[in-house]
Amino acid sequence: MKSDHHVILRVITKTLIPVIVLFGLYVQFHGDFGPGGGFQAGVILAVAIILYALVFGVPSAMRAVPPAFTRSVAAVGVLLYAGVGFWALLQGGQYLEYQALFGEEPGGHHGQHVGIILIELGVLFGVSGAMLTIFYAFAGRVAEIRDEDW
Amino acid sequence: MIDLLLDTAPRWALLHAPALLIMVPLFLAPLLAILPSGRLSWLISIAATVFSLFCALILVGQVQASPVGVVGYDVGNWPMPIGITLRVDALNSMILLLVAAIGVLSTIFSWPTVKAEIPERKHPLFYSAFLVCFAGLSGVAITGDAFNLFVFLEISSISTYVLVALGAGRDRRALPAAFNYLIMGTLGASFYIIGVGFLYSATGTLNIAQIAEMLPSLAGNRSVEAGFAFIIVGLGLKAAVWPLHQWLPNAYAYSPSFVTMFLSATATKVALYALIRFLFTVFRPEFAFEQATFTYLLMPLGLAAMITCSFQAVFQTDVRRTLAYSSVAQVGYMILGVSIGTVAGVSAGLFHLLNHAMIKGALFMAVAGVVLTFQGTTIRDFAGLGRTAPWTMTGFAIAGLSLIGVPLTAGFQSKLQLGYALFDQGMWWGVVFVVFSSFLAVIYMGRILEAIFFRPPINPRKSRKEAPILLLVPLWILALANIYFGITTELPLGLARDAAAAAFGLEAF
Repeated sequence: MKSDHHVILRVITKTLIPVIVLFGLYVQFHGDFGPGGGFQAGVILAVAIILYALVFGVPSAMRAVPPAFTRSVAAVGVLLYAGVGFWALLQGGQYLEYQALFGEEPGGHHGQHVGIILIELGVLFGVSGAMLTIFYAFAGRVAEIRDEDW
Repeated sequence: MIDLLLDTAPRWALLHAPALLIMVPLFLAPLLAILPSGRLSWLISIAATVFSLFCALILVGQVQASPVGVVGYDVGNWPMPIGITLRVDALNSMILLLVAAIGVLSTIFSWPTVKAEIPERKHPLFYSAFLVCFAGLSGVAITGDAFNLFVFLEISSISTYVLVALGAGRDRRALPAAFNYLIMGTLGASFYIIGVGFLYSATGTLNIAQIAEMLPSLAGNRSVEAGFAFIIVGLGLKAAVWPLHQWLPNAYAYSPSFVTMFLSATATKVALYALIRFLFTVFRPEFAFEQATFTYLLMPLGLAAMITCSFQAVFQTDVRRTLAYSSVAQVGYMILGVSIGTVAGVSAGLFHLLNHAMIKGALFMAVAGVVLTFQGTTIRDFAGLGRTAPWTMTGFAIAGLSLIGVPLTAGFQSKLQLGYALFDQGMWWGVVFVVFSSFLAVIYMGRILEAIFFRPPINPRKSRKEAPILLLVPLWILALANIYFGITTELPLGLARDAAAAAFGLEAF
């Protein structure tokens, strides 16, 4: 590949990606107490990989994070979210009632903490997986008619 | 029978039926997406829809047993103004029962057609999208929160676009049809959410029951009226009310046959439910602007749909397009019933909604059988099928007669009820339109039936090719239901009357 003149771009990208991921995780775990949360963090995490795909090419991004994996991550995210709801049901609460997760009395906050963290994780998985799946679907699409044949 | 169910059902099911009804399919959908096997995902889909039907039956029983006629469920145990509540009364329990019952029948019949029309590696994802759509439609019907209704509307719509687009394996025109549907559906959803925004700005709440309580004191408020207009247009788009129906014929004609069958019997019905909910529970027919909407907007549109789309159906050469245009015409009947603005009118509209789901379900199932065995959907392809596939085509014919409104079929009963409701208000001319539209139905169904039973087959060597048994059984269940409910209307008419009463906020009849 004749991409030597992109060397600055590539080096900068490589240093940026970990920072983006770190920032995504910050937004994720900050979401319990302030602005942020799973949706925004999921988008930021997906952006890190999309940036990688833009600079290093979609095929190498697909090798690093395969499309089958992103799809499963999205599915697992929804399963996690809905699963917390069913966990609360099994503990005798209403659907998605965090207070019931550990059968606590009113005033106990353990269930609330665990519940919201799991839910936000589910959102993170769901959003980042879905974003990447959509990106791959568009970027990885091979034209059915070659450009010259138009 | 429902009492027996209430007595024998486990306690958790009785307590959590509203949440389980939507969450079990929604939980299984992502699970299917990571499953490798199509057959397994089909079986799981059947289990999910059967479970939802079980919950829907419980809810119907609980609503009938409840002294106020309402079953509520606070998600996350957050009470009304803060949390999202699921609220079931006679109106939405009827719709839930319809969606779940059609869901079960259509999932059972789906396997042979899906195997023939969808590439094998996409089977699990296809069923995953179907379950999302199913859960979304049930969610629209069950929720008591105006914004949550929008979310479920989008969940069901987005998965519907995917399902329609998967028809591309058989006919490439499914792609523009799905895209067209996507644009129109998104417009409809945006209009709806703008309307909800207006209502929120006026009332400060998103809970449907609370909005309904506060609206009478806000008479003459401009943002309430603007919200009303946006919501009617938005939901009208989703329900394919006449001039907003352009997405429907192509989406029905080119999507996989299973999807056509499921959507025709549920999707527009659920949107129509939402429309009725807003017209009668949230806003009231007593409001001057709503009375004007009935007289000058909905009734002319309903009549126009009945006539123009029946005419368009007459001139189609493709059976699925004929049936699709006929669907828009039938939505016109329901809108006509609703626009009378009386309990009898709404109950006639809802009664026709139930019957039409059975009619179109059976018709599209039979068409799916023909697509499967003869790979064609034009009227020419149907020629002589009465001899080669007598069972499939007799089922088709029964539903077709019911669509026309021949006595002793369900379609006749719903037109009778519509006629009563019109005469009650002295609108005898409405009955003339109903009869004229039925006459057009005789023509467009007659063309197809004539080809089926009285013309020689185009390929006489193809003898005796019946649709598979998995398809015939649900088809005949629906076809016999058409006859059964044409003779004794007690069950669906009772449901529709209770539902109409609930829409007006009245006690049951």
